[in-house]
Amino acid sequence: MSVKVWVAVATALLAVLLVPPLLTPGADSGETSQVRSLRVLVPNQPGGGYDITARTAAKAMEDADLLRNAEVFNLPGAGGTVGLGRTVGERGNGKLIMSMGLGVVGAVYTNKSPNSLLDTTPIARLIEEPDIVVVSKDSPYTSLQQLVDAWKANPGTVTVGGGSAPGGPDHLAPMLMAKGVGLAPKSVNYIPFDGGGELLASVLGGKVAFGVSGIGEYRDQIQAGTLRVLAVTSAKRISGIDAPTLKEAGVDVEFTNWRGIVAPPGITQTDRDKLVDVFARLQKTPQWTEALQRNGWTDAFAPGDQFKTFLENENKRVATVLKDLGLA
Amino acid sequence: MEQLLDGFATALTPTHLLLAAIGVLLGTAIGVLPGIGPAMAVALLLPVTYGMEPTGAFIMFAGIYYGGMFGGSTTSILLNTPGESAAVVAAFEGNPMARKGRGAQALAAAAIGHFTGGIIGTLLIVLLAPFVAKHAVDIGAPDLFAIMVLAFIAVTSVLGSSRIRGVASLLIGLTLGLVGLDEMTGQQRLTFGSLHLADGIDIVVVAVALFAVGEALWVAAHLRRKPFEPIPVGRPWLSRADLKRTWKPWLRGPAIGFPFGAIPAGGAEIPTFLSYVTEKRLSKHKDEFGKGAIEGVAGPESTASASAAGTLVTMLTLGLPTTATAAVMLAAFQQYGIQPGPLLFQRESGLVWALIASLFIGLTLLLVLNLPLAPLWAKLLRIPRPYLYAGILFFASVGAYAVNADIFDLLLMFVIGLLGFGMRRYGLPVLPAIIGVILGPAAEQQMRRSLQLSDGSLTGLVNSPMAVIVYIVVLVIVFFPLIRKFLPKPTPPAAPTPEREKVDA
Repeated sequence: MSVKVWVAVATALLAVLLVPPLLTPGADSGETSQVRSLRVLVPNQPGGGYDITARTAAKAMEDADLLRNAEVFNLPGAGGTVGLGRTVGERGNGKLIMSMGLGVVGAVYTNKSPNSLLDTTPIARLIEEPDIVVVSKDSPYTSLQQLVDAWKANPGTVTVGGGSAPGGPDHLAPMLMAKGVGLAPKSVNYIPFDGGGELLASVLGGKVAFGVSGIGEYRDQIQAGTLRVLAVTSAKRISGIDAPTLKEAGVDVEFTNWRGIVAPPGITQTDRDKLVDVFARLQKTPQWTEALQRNGWTDAFAPGDQFKTFLENENKRVATVLKDLGLA
Repeated sequence: MEQLLDGFATALTPTHLLLAAIGVLLGTAIGVLPGIGPAMAVALLLPVTYGMEPTGAFIMFAGIYYGGMFGGSTTSILLNTPGESAAVVAAFEGNPMARKGRGAQALAAAAIGHFTGGIIGTLLIVLLAPFVAKHAVDIGAPDLFAIMVLAFIAVTSVLGSSRIRGVASLLIGLTLGLVGLDEMTGQQRLTFGSLHLADGIDIVVVAVALFAVGEALWVAAHLRRKPFEPIPVGRPWLSRADLKRTWKPWLRGPAIGFPFGAIPAGGAEIPTFLSYVTEKRLSKHKDEFGKGAIEGVAGPESTASASAAGTLVTMLTLGLPTTATAAVMLAAFQQYGIQPGPLLFQRESGLVWALIASLFIGLTLLLVLNLPLAPLWAKLLRIPRPYLYAGILFFASVGAYAVNADIFDLLLMFVIGLLGFGMRRYGLPVLPAIIGVILGPAAEQQMRRSLQLSDGSLTGLVNSPMAVIVYIVVLVIVFFPLIRKFLPKPTPPAAPTPEREKVDA
């Protein structure tokens, strides 16, 4: 009988291993600047944000002939810091990159990770997604000003829900907002949910006073009129969403959730330049433009040194907020 | 109705039929392989389907989702090695059945259970989608916490013959459940500074370790003293008596599974457990529970598939994922520029109805695939015991490793496996420990969330009608023995349940 089992196992394995390579074009144009092979570490589960970014970028690079062969693999754990530890440990490896984002910056502190993102070699910031401040259509708040007034008067009962654990983007955004309007972050009653989807239910059902999350799962509900967006956290308004930015609404905070790529420390200057270059060229491909549109991402390309400075500043900003909360 | 027929027309085209078949085959295979759940399978296939048109892709994904449910219970029943969390409960009764030579019946009961649960659940999608969309979001943390309290009361029925050992085991489970970052505040608990423990211990790792590894060590320790006999394989089909015992659990399953699947944070673990307890209470063969009662397989499995259907309702109508697989499927929708939500049924009605029709087709395919396989799978147990348990250990290790592709999980599995061995040695039942790991973190999260929502006021726990109703049910159950004393002579008193459960259930 065990033969059948093995046939089943073998079929499944063959399907999983063979179908993807068969369906992707085996491009073989011998361009010299092409990067031959690259391993992409994703520090969260398949299907998560860093995962989708990594796989989309890898596919676009292969389709655009920038890269011969990219192997994306997942090493999830502790908000991405397990993967970060691996990346930092692979000192000098110019064939490995890690997909990451703002969430990892906070996770380094909440998980008390021994490694910091400042230990890595920043390659590029790729995309950003603004958060939205959102309430259900039955909410008494029709403008951000009303919400802020109520919030300042009663931070305990004006609850705020977010789709990430403490230290994550949806947690940082309301904390920064609180600081912006003169509330102590400690007094904010933040309720973490398991992702934007679970938060959506609580916002729709009016369980939390307001929610702060990425726009991803919310577009349809916003168009259907069941949700009201009070503000977007980015510097610019979002097309198709009728809401002011935080600054326009009188709260001096600018916040986006971004994702990017880092490499292990100690790689050679040539390797680093090559990697930065390949992402710079990715940004100009039609495949990437199309992928951005399909996923609703905003292009936020910042190469090497620029990204490094940005990362240092974000790290400082996150650390300040988390120190106020006793988490760092 | 006409739309549904149109949907069938779309789903029955050769291409879509083929995709549905590929989906259910892959799903079953993935379910059988420990550690790789449907969520990961869909996520890994996502890039492959970029080039496909959305209807076909979703027909395949739905096949994988349901197929994973079918396949997951197979290893759970035969090898005591649950491949994913929804299948943990199937091992409670399924594995004792398999060891008694009734593996084929257990598998058949599970397969038909999944089919019935899935079909009824899918029918409920058709009938109740707008209703669910309206009311699912009304259920909040206080209601969920009340249900957790109910589930904790129900734990008493799996404590086994010695209450104190049962409670000790439950506490072991609750402690394992505490490990990791506290989700509310981000503080570390019992992580001993290890990043690998920061996310907590995966329920699949705990279940595989306590069930399979503990069992294998226990058998190995006794192998020399026990006669060397392979496990018998009985007749392959469900007897009339079996059918008589299983049809009600099959039909009851959806009543528990569907609503749970549809509410946020519902999932499949808690409803399958509740179904198990319900079947135990209602069964005429209570003494068989723990030793292979077929109701204990039929009910939970039907519940598991119905909860998968419930999950799809919330995902399609609200754009709200209640399980990991639904979350990945949602991401897949967004890849195609389709946003599930209140407008989906109007905007993409062709796709939605074809998807629903394909669910019916996929379930039928799965039943046709799995029923004849049941006796074949069951013959696996004919392998002599040393080789069988070596195989089980191998599969358990692969499974524990595959969950996160992390060697640490493998070590963790063997450490918890040793714990399982120790628990068997000292007569501690392992079931309560598993339940503790499932219920503990969920209950804590919902209670703290309720209290946070009410800014610390205790009234936050009882401020919704549903929570109050559930608490009343809890009180009735707790005080029922007392109330019964004061009732005028009850109808002929039921014979007291003989508490003779085997400790290693």
